[in-house]
Amino acid sequence: MTEQPLLVAEGLHLHFGETKALDDASLHIWPGEVVALMGPSGSGKSTLLHCLAGILQPDSGRVAYHGRDLTAMSDSERSALRRGEFGFVFQFGQLVPELTCVENVALPLRLSGTGRREAHRTATDWLERLEVGDVAGKRPGQVSGGQGQRVAVARALVSRPRVVFADEPTGALDSLNGELVMKLFITAARDTGAAVVLVTHEARVAAYSDREAVVRDGRVREQEHAR
Amino acid sequence: MSVTFALLGLLENGPRHGYDLKRTYDDTFGRDRALHYGQVYSTMARLLKNGLVEVESEPGDGPERKRYAITHAGITDVAEWIGRPEKPEPYLQSTLYTKVVLALMTGRDADEVLDSQRAEHLRMMRELTRRKTDGDLADELICDHALFHLEADLRWLELTAARLDRLAARVRP
Amino acid sequence: MTGRGRLRRWIFELGLGARMSVAGGRAGWARLTLIAAGTGVGVALLLCLAALPAALEASGDRESARTEAVDSEREVPRGDGTMLIGIATTTFHDDAIHGRMLQPEGSRPPVPPGVTALPKPGEMLVSPALRRLIEDNPVLGRRWEARIVGTIGDDGLTGPADLAFYLGTDTLTEDTGRRIEAFGHSYTEEGVSPVMLLLTAVGMVVLLTPVMVFMASAVRFGGEARDKRLAALRLVGSDAGMTRRIAAGETLAGAVLGLLVGTVLAAGAALLAHRYATGPLSFYLSDMRPVPVLAALIALGVPAVAVLVTLSAMRRVVVEPLGVVRLSTTVRRRLWWRLILPVAGIALLWPLTNGLGEGPGSGATEFQAAAGVALLLIGLALLLPWLVDAVVHRLGGGGVAWELAVRRLQLDSGTAVRAVSGIAVSVAGVIAVQGLVSAIETQVTGSGGTPAAVARQQVLPQTDLPVGTWTTALRETPGVQTVETVRIARAGRDGSEVTVRIGSCAALEGYAALPGCTDGDAFAVNVATTGVFTVEGGGQWTAPASTRDVVPTDSLLDYGPLLLLTPAAAADAFPAGEARYTLTLDGRTPNALEQLRNTAARMDPQALVYGAGNDAVASALRTIRQGLLAGTIAMLVLIGASMVVNVAEQMRERRRVLAVLVAFGTRRRTMSGSVLLQAAVPVLLGMTLAIGFGSGLAAILMAAVQAPVTVDWFGIGTTSGMAALVVLGTTAAALPTLLRLTRPGNLRSE
Ligand SMILES: Nc1ncnc2c1ncn2[C@@H]1O[C@H](COP(=O)(O)OP(=O)(O)OP(=O)(O)O)[C@@H](O)[C@H]1O
Ligand SMILES: [Mg+2]
Repeated sequence: MTEQPLLVAEGLHLHFGETKALDDASLHIWPGEVVALMGPSGSGKSTLLHCLAGILQPDSGRVAYHGRDLTAMSDSERSALRRGEFGFVFQFGQLVPELTCVENVALPLRLSGTGRREAHRTATDWLERLEVGDVAGKRPGQVSGGQGQRVAVARALVSRPRVVFADEPTGALDSLNGELVMKLFITAARDTGAAVVLVTHEARVAAYSDREAVVRDGRVREQEHAR
Repeated sequence: MSVTFALLGLLENGPRHGYDLKRTYDDTFGRDRALHYGQVYSTMARLLKNGLVEVESEPGDGPERKRYAITHAGITDVAEWIGRPEKPEPYLQSTLYTKVVLALMTGRDADEVLDSQRAEHLRMMRELTRRKTDGDLADELICDHALFHLEADLRWLELTAARLDRLAARVRP
Repeated sequence: MTGRGRLRRWIFELGLGARMSVAGGRAGWARLTLIAAGTGVGVALLLCLAALPAALEASGDRESARTEAVDSEREVPRGDGTMLIGIATTTFHDDAIHGRMLQPEGSRPPVPPGVTALPKPGEMLVSPALRRLIEDNPVLGRRWEARIVGTIGDDGLTGPADLAFYLGTDTLTEDTGRRIEAFGHSYTEEGVSPVMLLLTAVGMVVLLTPVMVFMASAVRFGGEARDKRLAALRLVGSDAGMTRRIAAGETLAGAVLGLLVGTVLAAGAALLAHRYATGPLSFYLSDMRPVPVLAALIALGVPAVAVLVTLSAMRRVVVEPLGVVRLSTTVRRRLWWRLILPVAGIALLWPLTNGLGEGPGSGATEFQAAAGVALLLIGLALLLPWLVDAVVHRLGGGGVAWELAVRRLQLDSGTAVRAVSGIAVSVAGVIAVQGLVSAIETQVTGSGGTPAAVARQQVLPQTDLPVGTWTTALRETPGVQTVETVRIARAGRDGSEVTVRIGSCAALEGYAALPGCTDGDAFAVNVATTGVFTVEGGGQWTAPASTRDVVPTDSLLDYGPLLLLTPAAAADAFPAGEARYTLTLDGRTPNALEQLRNTAARMDPQALVYGAGNDAVASALRTIRQGLLAGTIAMLVLIGASMVVNVAEQMRERRRVLAVLVAFGTRRRTMSGSVLLQAAVPVLLGMTLAIGFGSGLAAILMAAVQAPVTVDWFGIGTTSGMAALVVLGTTAAALPTLLRLTRPGNLRSE
């Protein structure tokens, strides 16, 4: 096996006051794989996700992306990494309410310096790919939950990230909508070769993954990487 | 068969008489179907033959006076059974429940039971999901049926896991 | 439903609203506090203004009561109940000190109010404020050769800060004093100059309008959160009326609290005024009674207006609650009705550009001006939201920060604009008044205000003491450099009376700009330079051929025809009459002016010491300017505080979006930039509108007082600069909150 893991978390500890959110958590993400993070509520899944993405700084431990230690980076370096290499989908309420859908999708590109016109063209393509081309000009307040979530997926993938972090992306949707979003999401992610870290409660959503890791009391039980 | 392992597992906390064993089993697992004495004794006989239990006789012979104790081989067998995930199929609850309770009673890691079972379920669900994504509408409907059932099982597992603490407090001697 | 049942329902709904206003935990209380503080400050100001008429009247009444009853029509014969008085009013630094010399002529002399026993010669009674002033400034104590034997009671004083004294004497004669039978004089209000009236009216409006605007926006603090809450209520089934009543209840809670706060603040202000206020604004606590009608108007009007403002702002919640909850559709603002007020304001002001007319202000013109200014300023506050809306919808392009800010404003600019409208109205008003004040100032000071004139003083004795006595005494006073004697005489020419001033060239230079002067020269002001003048008291005087026409200094304009003669030119044609003394002071000697006043008062308490220049008007203008500045600063600080709260609240509402943006790797710079731009765009538009309205208003007012219309760039610069500073400070103060809000904890779903 010559391939190296893309993202490695080792021995992460994180306290919120008295609460031990992460307690020696370790996880490996390989390029292009879809990993489901499961586990009971409050076990630290979201916290782990945020640490992996460099949004939260662990108290101790190491997160390495391509061998570069995220915990040692400055805030702006981590921001730049998130802009360029990572994508995000959250449960709901993540779209900027005053921007139209296409502007929302274009946002990551614009943040990385792409021109407005170009960014909008790419964004429109992505909206069509996720079958929500018709809501491009509407504001998030004017679209349905499922549509909004697909817009969010398009936004997460538009900058062709290497890792997409998704925290219960279907949590607020009914099962039919959830299936649709997951299908489009995972297909698109596999097409672009992005790895996906997927936090979910639902087995049917987790079934779209290649393997799962179970978080329990801030610790991870990781399934062997199959390759 | 799960009754065999259940009886074997119940011996882990100490030797018991046959009658005692039946009562404990009925209390813990036999909610809707009590065991016959005959079934207990035949199972014990089989286990005795396979060397998984042994008999400690007490003065004043008679069948009632026999106390069964688990052997090392028996303990290994129980552990192996508890740790082995069941093949995912509908209506597994009774077996899974037995495993979880036994794990708790014998001080084993019940989370482990749940996690390995979940892994097993997910393996199957992934297979179904793949088939569904690649197949036609008929495939999709059939796969979805199976997926929903499997998910129901897993849900129940999750729920059980979430209530493990309460369960442990009740079943632990 | 029975009437009683409905009433109970209504009360329940109002109460529900009131409860909801504090249900938001700390944020709810913070909002309520802010609303109460905002309306409170407004109410306090209104109450103070409402108390002003009564206070002014009370102090005016006491002022007339202590003024001697002089009847110029009738000669009062000497009697047992008469008294001779002399006017010994003097000045200490810039404060006027009311003073009278009292000399009873019988056993039942009149006694001024606040005095129980008249001071005997060599004794004096002083007001408490004067006593303190003397204690703090011994130099003032040496002004009178008298012992302080008591104080004047409250009913003999205009206010606690009134400086007054009564000096017992026996040196007055019928020539140097006036005979009176009683104190108490109802004098007809002498006309205040129309310019000053205009200034006062406009200043009042300029101070009041932002308070109104501020109060209107104060009741909408936290409006967005409240709108959402009410829309949610509406969605679960409350009808339009209920929703309105609940909202009204919420606002009423704040407004009533504001009334209480305002009353407390007003009481505090009264206490402060009692203790610290000086000049015409010093009142006794018992004077400060708000006019009952006005007080009732405030008590009812403020909550009513608050509720009205709330209800008018609720249209959207009531009509499309879903849109509010989902932040979707926006109502575009319409222009036409917002133009009504400013147009009406201009219509009212336009006639004034032809000048105010002569004579004392009639009141009607000032009312018209004040109303016009108020309409224009309120119109500005109404126009601003439309302008921001219209401009923002045409904006586009630009970087991410810009796009985020513009889009935010497009979706909802209300909050941002509300914070700015108060600032804009203040700035416009201040620009207008400052423009007006500086225009008047240049008019009054003119170009001839040389520093030397400040040091030049004149002494006008009332009693006949030999010239030599005066000049010796004056020369010996520390700080006096030169003393010139000017003799005054009168002459007649073609039936009109001509004042004649005889003195050295140096002395005469104080009255007019002389084109070279040697002894023997004569100068004429507003009178022929040739011919024969009849001298009062007999004889004639012929103007020498060299007599020249000269322009007098401003303060002499009103004195009519005047001859300025050097001693040689006067020859001995004029009798030795009144004399007055012109002095130059050494500015470096401490208290030179006060020493001079001391000398003059000791020689003759009735002697008048005055400097050149129109001090009174200039200092009044200065006071107005300072008051305006202080008021504006206070207003800006308050608006700044409200803006902090607004921005912070807005950010709290948006914390999830902000956290998502951070997750996406948005630079801090971009985020701060968007928040800053979001605040700056309305401010910029507001300032532009304010400068436009303010300078326009200033131009109209300048035309009204017939000053040259100029643009006071300095005033505009400082005022709008100050406002910009408030916004910058506000944003800077809010940025830490922003950074705190972008922490990933906010990614958690609530
Ligand atoms: N910002 C925070 N402040 C305080 N405690 C926190 C914070 N974030 C997380 N926690 C605590 O850390 C623990 C892990 O939280 P986390 O959100 O990671 O759980 P989770 O596995 O994502 O749960 P869920 O499935 O319900 O989303 C919880 O006990 C939570 O209360
Ligand atoms: Mg979570």
